[in-house]
Amino acid sequence: MTKPLSGAEIARQIGEQLSDAVTGSDETTVFVRSEDILNAARFLKENLDFDYLPSITAVDFLDHFDVIYHLRSIKNNYSVVLRTRCDNSGSPRVPSVVSLWQGADLQEREIYDLMGIYFEGHPNMKRIVLWEGYEGHPLRKDFIMDVPGGGKTT
Amino acid sequence: MEIETPYVLSDFDKTEAEQIEALMAAAKEPYPDPVAWLEEEIEHNVLLTTTEHLIDWGKRFSVWPNTFFPACCAFEVISAAASRFDFSRFGMEVLRPSPRQADLMLVAGTVTWKLAPALRRVYDQMAEPKWVIAMGACAISGGAFRGSYSVVPGINRIIPVDVYIPGCPPRPEGLIYGFMALHRKVAKDKLLKKG
Repeated sequence: MTKPLSGAEIARQIGEQLSDAVTGSDETTVFVRSEDILNAARFLKENLDFDYLPSITAVDFLDHFDVIYHLRSIKNNYSVVLRTRCDNSGSPRVPSVVSLWQGADLQEREIYDLMGIYFEGHPNMKRIVLWEGYEGHPLRKDFIMDVPGGGKTT
Repeated sequence: MEIETPYVLSDFDKTEAEQIEALMAAAKEPYPDPVAWLEEEIEHNVLLTTTEHLIDWGKRFSVWPNTFFPACCAFEVISAAASRFDFSRFGMEVLRPSPRQADLMLVAGTVTWKLAPALRRVYDQMAEPKWVIAMGACAISGGAFRGSYSVVPGINRIIPVDVYIPGCPPRPEGLIYGFMALHRKVAKDKLLKKG
């Protein structure tokens, strides 16, 4: 069974290397400023052997988005959650982590497609599930579309 | 002809008796079989029918389905193809990956708008005569995903559909019933129809 590491302990270690990067922590999660996410992720990969990124996801809180990275170390069999916030200011932006984990490629494109969060530094940042020209990002809470047969849905 | 009876015969009785006697006199030999001149081998192996009926009969028992299986209904098709249900009984076991060799487009599953151009393209690539079966709730109407931002609300918005098989997914029995409905439709096909 994979052991979740203490978020507070990881936050302390990141804070020693990157001052001001950490904005908070709880028992499993480290909260990081969005502009420092790539540096914090690189620190976790290189110093704490987090060699695997099983999933990235995003949550819409209307006034801001949270991007959540689930990190795992196959070598040491432990895990931690990295979480960052970006304001919903028209075009939210977060640095891409594809340079660290190739597995982030398609997942970041999916988040861009459905949530509209642009990942800066991604080698191929474009829609993946929907087609070019689709208006809006359908998993956003303020997304409204017509239902065939009448009515609207969110 | 005089008939002796202890009672008086009416004219009707006499006419009837004459007719019967005449028939009996004429019926010494049975009529010959009109096809007696046919040799036995020909007699047992020749049917008379119309060309249209013959061609439709051939078409309905050699429908080759195209595999357009975007979702989980495909497993019911696989089950219908395997030994328990065995749709090769209807001459349908030749599942064609190429639309150019197929007569029946079997759409088994959810079609998204991103897939819709491929669906139309495969249909256009099939040679006439061709038929389409929409299998399962998703292909018929979008099913549980109707109203989603990405799902086509029924493939009949993209291509014309001949037979709808409802279910989520339909069981192989339902699928076979749909095939037989299609066969009935093919049997009524007109050779000279407007393309």
